[in-house]
Amino acid sequence: LTLTGLSATADPADDTLVVNGEINMITRTDKAPDYIEGLSEQYSGWHFREDDTRVMQADDFDNPGMLGVEAAQGVWDTADGTEGKACATCHEGAESMAGVRAVMPKFNEEKGEMYTMEMYINQCRTERMGAEAWDWDSADMVNMTALISSVSRGMPMNVAIDGPAAPYWEQGKEMYYTRYGQLELSCSNCHEDNYGNYIRADHLSQGQINGFPVYRLKDAKLSSIHNRFKGCIRDTRAETFKPGSPEFIALELYVASRGNGLSVEGPSVRN
Amino acid sequence: MKRQILMGLLLPALVGTAAMAETAPAEVAYEEGAVAQSLTGTPGNPDEGANVMSNRGLGNCVACHAVSAMPDVAFQGNVGPSLDGAGDRWEEAQLRGIVSDAKMTFDGTIMPSFYKVGPYIRQGDAFTGKAFEGELPPLLTAQQIEDVVAYLMTLKE
Ligand code: HEC
Ligand code: HEC
Ligand code: HEC
Repeated sequence: LTLTGLSATADPADDTLVVNGEINMITRTDKAPDYIEGLSEQYSGWHFREDDTRVMQADDFDNPGMLGVEAAQGVWDTADGTEGKACATCHEGAESMAGVRAVMPKFNEEKGEMYTMEMYINQCRTERMGAEAWDWDSADMVNMTALISSVSRGMPMNVAIDGPAAPYWEQGKEMYYTRYGQLELSCSNCHEDNYGNYIRADHLSQGQINGFPVYRLKDAKLSSIHNRFKGCIRDTRAETFKPGSPEFIALELYVASRGNGLSVEGPSVRN
Repeated sequence: MKRQILMGLLLPALVGTAAMAETAPAEVAYEEGAVAQSLTGTPGNPDEGANVMSNRGLGNCVACHAVSAMPDVAFQGNVGPSLDGAGDRWEEAQLRGIVSDAKMTFDGTIMPSFYKVGPYIRQGDAFTGKAFEGELPPLLTAQQIEDVVAYLMTLKE
């Protein structure tokens, strides 16, 4: 690639995503939600990837993330823990989870705190199945979030930011604009001010999370939202936060809300 | 034996004194963003500066800036303006100021401060994701700043 070649391809790809020839994905909108001051239009990270990567996501047979979905389907149907129950015992087919990903994270009234999908899954495992909690970034956990996301594909992200969610959202917003680390870079510096530009070889997206979990070709595995946050903060030469930390839960809510209106894409394919 | 130990203790102190000739990050005098005084008194080496600018482990300036004079450096970014002609646009003192702490010239810029020691929010130990306790060394040494400035001065159109 020559230099001029780079800037010539710097814009988000003008393309549409239809998965399996039937799920029409909203991968861009002309208007971000009013409460997101810094964005006018919204783009899924899909638009910023190379042609071959984008194509992989259009067919489940080519999408390597679907292997995780398949693995989770087996786990879904298998009893685990002291109660001898499987997810299927209470939830029937995984399709029953349609719509769940679109509203995560959400305030869990019973627990009185913001809950991500991982937390709901572990609550069922520990309190309802008598099984061990899965680690946030374990294959079991990430695969299960891929399965549960996959049945919401095409539905618009629609997390609630008002009521009991409001303080979490404010905290996440504040983090989004904080310039962390020795490089003093905030999420907004890269994903709001510079999406479409290149930072070295990386074509910057808006850092949306509607595609998670994401199959990263570079790691050859599915990656959680918090794992991605961790990597981005580490890259500012900062002390990062831990997956599952209160900070990342708040940040997840805020970043999810920046994507309200974009389709759930998980598991998506990125480099 | 005793003498050797003493030497061992003294040597770093001597090196420390020699380094005192450099301007420490906190002592750099900015005037409207520019820094008139060399940080080291030793002229910069433009070849070394080019290396600092293109090396990921050093300045990695090309992550954000394109430089046509470095056609062999792959994947030059465009978050910042092209540096072609920077040596025409700016005086040496201004370039020294921009490279040392660009925020003194461009208020709130995304460009990192290369000769500053913080404090930073959640300062980490390089790219490990772990905390760094104490005073961080600047991203570049005083001489590396001088080398980069010397290279930028060669970028004339
Ligand atoms: C013993 C019954 C039971 C088992 C077994 C069970 N769950 Fe649940 N699950 C529930 C109940 C009850 C809820 C709460 C429903 C509600 O509040 O809408 C729930 C809620 C959830 C939610 C949140 C849904 C939402 O709309 O907020 C997810 C995700 C979930 N379960 C996943 C799983 C997974 C994955 C497994 C297996 C690893 C599993 N569950 C096993 C009973 C169970
Ligand atoms: C130094 C620049 C930089 C900063 C600062 C940064 N990121 Fe990123 N981020 C990247 C790059 C590069 C990628 C990979 C390409 C892309 O999708 O933008 C990425 C990817 C992402 C993705 C994956 C998007 C997808 O569709 O797969 C998310 C989510 C994300 N970042 C969120 C964040 C959040 C939240 C913050 C702040 C805590 C942040 N980033 C800070 C550079 C940055
Ligand atoms: C994370 C991005 C980033 C990095 C890394 C970066 N810069 Fe910059 N730089 C910028 C931006 C953006 C500007 C434009 C100033 C502004 O308005 O914010 C700039 C401006 C400049 C300018 C003035 C531009 C001109 O010619 O008019 C010079 C010179 C410069 N940078 C040199 C460097 C050098 C040398 C390095 C590495 C030691 C470097 N930059 C690293 C983002 C960066």
